[in-house]
This record gives sequence, C-alpha cells and structure tokens, in this order.
Amino acid sequence: MQGKGRAVCVGADIDTDLVIAGRYLRTKDHSIWVAHVFEDLDPSLASRMNGAVIVAGKNFGCGSSREQAAIAIREAGVVAVVAPSFARIFFRNAINVGLPLIECDLTCREGTGVSFDLAEGWVEAGGKKSVTRPLSPKMQEILAAGGLVNYWRTHG
Amino acid sequence: METLSERILGASAGEYVDRAVDHAYVHDGTGVLTLEAWKSMGAKRIQDAAHLHVLFDHIVPANNSTTATLQHELREFARSSFLHFSDIGGGICHQIMSEGVVLPGEVVVGADSHSCTPGAFGAFATGVGATDMAAIWMTGETWFRVPESIGIHLSGALTGAAEAKDLALTYVSRLGMDGATYRALEFIGEGTAALPMDDRLTLCNLAVETGAKAGMFYADDVTVQYLKTAGHAVKPQEPEPCRYIQELDFDLPDIVPVIAVPPRVDTIKPVHDLAGLPLDQVFVGTCTNGRYADLARFARIVKGKKVAIRTIVVPASLAVLQEAIRTGVLTDIVEAGCTLGTPGCGPCLGAHMGVLGEGEVCLSTANRNFKNRMGVGGEIYLSSVATAAASALEGEISVPGVS
Repeated sequence: MQGKGRAVCVGADIDTDLVIAGRYLRTKDHSIWVAHVFEDLDPSLASRMNGAVIVAGKNFGCGSSREQAAIAIREAGVVAVVAPSFARIFFRNAINVGLPLIECDLTCREGTGVSFDLAEGWVEAGGKKSVTRPLSPKMQEILAAGGLVNYWRTHG
Repeated sequence: METLSERILGASAGEYVDRAVDHAYVHDGTGVLTLEAWKSMGAKRIQDAAHLHVLFDHIVPANNSTTATLQHELREFARSSFLHFSDIGGGICHQIMSEGVVLPGEVVVGADSHSCTPGAFGAFATGVGATDMAAIWMTGETWFRVPESIGIHLSGALTGAAEAKDLALTYVSRLGMDGATYRALEFIGEGTAALPMDDRLTLCNLAVETGAKAGMFYADDVTVQYLKTAGHAVKPQEPEPCRYIQELDFDLPDIVPVIAVPPRVDTIKPVHDLAGLPLDQVFVGTCTNGRYADLARFARIVKGKKVAIRTIVVPASLAVLQEAIRTGVLTDIVEAGCTLGTPGCGPCLGAHMGVLGEGEVCLSTANRNFKNRMGVGGEIYLSSVATAAASALEGEISVPGVS
C-alpha cells in the first residue's frame, strides 16, 4: 500500500481522550467524531485533517481502547499516522478500521509532503527517506482488505 | 524456561499465535461498536455464547435517550443471543470478571483498556478494540503477538499509610507512560505473598498506563483461597526461572503515599509536597479502587466525621455494595456526608454524572488524569483511598494518617 499527504505535527503521548473526548462517544453517527477530532488538543486540527499524514511523537493513541479514535482520524481524511511507537490497542484498532500506521521516528515539519510505501517499508519526508518497521503479515492482509470487517466478509 | 505469558499462550516471545479465548467481554460503550462491526462482517451467529459477556458499567443508568436507545439494542441482543449479561447496577466489567469468573491460566480479552485487571489471577488478560471483539464473537479466537515480559520484583511489605495504589503509581512513574509498550508485566518475589487479591487487582489495573499488554501475578495460596470462596478449586502456578527483557525492584517498606499530577499518570509527587492544594471534589471508586477493601478503608477514616467538600463514592460492583451494606461500611460513608453512585465507572470517563466544571480540581482514586477527561477545564489528581479520605475531610490535599 502506498500513499502521500501533508504533514500535520502533533506531540508525544497523545491519548485517545485527546483524539475524541468521552463526551462525544455515545452515538453511531461518525460525523460527530470527525467534527470533534483532536478538539481537546487543538480545536483547529479538525479542519486540517483531510489529506494529512499525522506525524506524532512516541506512544500515539495511549489510554482508552475507544475505537472511535481510529475511526475519527480515518474518516476525517487522514492518509496515515507516523510515530516512533503506538499504544498497542490503538495499533490494532487502526489497522482494523483500515487506517495505515507507520512506525518511524520522523522529524516533523508542518505542511511538508510525506509519502510512504508499506510493502517496501519506507517513508519519505522533506526529501529524506527512512526505513519503517514492517507490519506483521496478518496486519498487512487486514489493511489490504480495507480493515477487519472487510477481511472477514471475504474470509468468513 | 517460560514467562507466564509464554506458558499461557503456548509460544515464545515475539511469535504470533491464533488463540481461542476463554472469556471475552464488552461494556455498554464498546459493545455498541462491537455489535455494529459484527453485523457488518455478515455474521449470522455467535461462535460460542458461553464465553461472551456484556456488562453495562460506563453510563449507568443511561443519561439520555440516545444512550438509552443504544443500550436497549445491545441489551436485547445480549439476551436473545444468550450472552452473559449484567445490566445497570451490576458493576464494572473488570470487577465482575474478577469475582470468580476469570481463573488462572485462562486467556481473557475485554473491549476496554483496563482489561489487564484480571491478570491478577494468573490469567493472560488484555484489552482489544471493538472490531477485534466482533471477530472474536464470530470466530471465538484472535491473534496475539506473545509479549516480552518485564519482571517487577517486590520485597517486604507495605507500611504506614502506603497502599497498593501508591505502589502502582510508583511503578508507573518508574516505567513511564510507554515504558512497557507491547510487553507484559509480571509481579514476582516474596513481597507478592502478603498482597491480598484486591491489591493485586489494583496493581494489574495500572499496567496499561505503562503501555503494557498485560499485568500478571502467579496464582498462589491467596488466589486459591479467594477463588475457593467463589466456588472454584484451582491450583497455584509455580514460577520458573525465565528471561525478562527488563527487571525492576521495589522494596515495599520504601513506598510512600504519592499523587499523580495532571495530565500524566507517570508524573508523581509525594502527597506531602502537594498538601494544602484546594479541592472541589473527591471521587472514590473505579476498577482501580472501588472494591470492598477500598470502601472499608475509606469508611474507617471518615467514620464519625464530615467531609468538607462534595465526595462521590461509587462501589465497583453490586457485590461490593451489598458487602458494604452488610458490614455497616456504607452507613459510615453516607453519615460522613458522601454521595453514592450506582455501581459502575462513575465519573471516571467524564461522560455523565460527577463531571467537573471549568477550573475545578478533583482528587480521584481512578487511573487516568488526562486533560479534560472528567470535564472540560477540570483537573484530576490521582491518589490512594487513604489520601482521598484524609483530603475529603479537609477539603484540600492532605497527608493520610497511619490507620
């Protein structure tokens, strides 16, 4: 899987409460999560998500297991999230909803172009190419299917 | 020689395994998404309802008609599909699973990050998201990467006013918020023997705050005795010498009462350094510190006195509430001026009752103090039960006395 987008920089240890607050969870209306994504971190972020590659610090997605966090990011139009490490539940959730994650320690410059190839295992930002940690074969399969729901629709 | 995770999952650290789960549970929040994903997968039936649990705890009772409608749909599904079901007031999912459901050696997954809690019984217990859970409903199994383990050696015994919660916050601070990401914590050493199950559950509960996949104790005589009371005959698990990726030592007599200051669980200070900080609310409860021993400890300190600020006490389960009624602990708490909540998560997740107003400060026995978690503009300090009790009486952060 390949992709590209513009870098949006966020910090380290971004918890899922910051991605989507508990007060917005009790609905099936995904547009509510998209409208309020990252609201408690920076209310201006929601309008910059479409076509973005989020470049984060370590431990992105820590805290609550709420899958709405991964759904909100994907449905806001984010192409991928790059971070040196992800909290493990968020990691599984993101792949399961078809949001590509890239484990790599990038220096983020707001707005620069970021491109990646998951199969070949690299990410390029500001003219510099870095090697990424590959996803497990099973995770690549799930991501290639567009997420775990689609995976089981075809494998179930 | 194997770690407990390797023994239970049947493979070496770093390997990927597909494994049938012994128990899989969701709550009213994650269950809604799980049901939606399960339907979208085209599943027609549940793989094995005997292993599946739906436990309402997050917003109980429902706070508005949107939540009530979502809960209604999930409740009807759980009943018609014969899943184990606990309705509002039954208690927190992790607590119910820890009242004689989870047994040593089992593989347990919960759609909630604090599903590491029942690892206290020598089970491999971990959190997953809703879509992973939907696949488990459909297939009865899921994949795991067998984690490397961190050995946490405990020696001696807690003294003075220090509680398991103080030890928990101290180890989280030592490891950091991502110090154990993708790994399991194993609590070992002679200091474990004297820790009752309630304390072990508190210690395993905080494992996820270090990023850990699981927090585990080996089943011993304490575990065997606890589960015997719940009607189960189980055997202890013998630890083997094994390779830990990292080892930490804690001398329990050195542990002192601490507080995690907002907005990070891994940033702690001795209670002494924060004494006098004015509070608006105290909250005692949650899957961390809402068990009977916690309520009893709280009651011992506030008995015959009056709290100085609004203080919300929420038992972790109906069984805890019933025990507190039976022993008079509840009377002491109510007569001290505390407000009671329905057994469940209470204000911890900031989605309904007990939330904070702009600029308000809460001292909580919960496990997370993230920005805005309990209400926009509110701040959360995390402490033990004894610190919460002493502080409730004074209306400001106060050093607990030795009881």
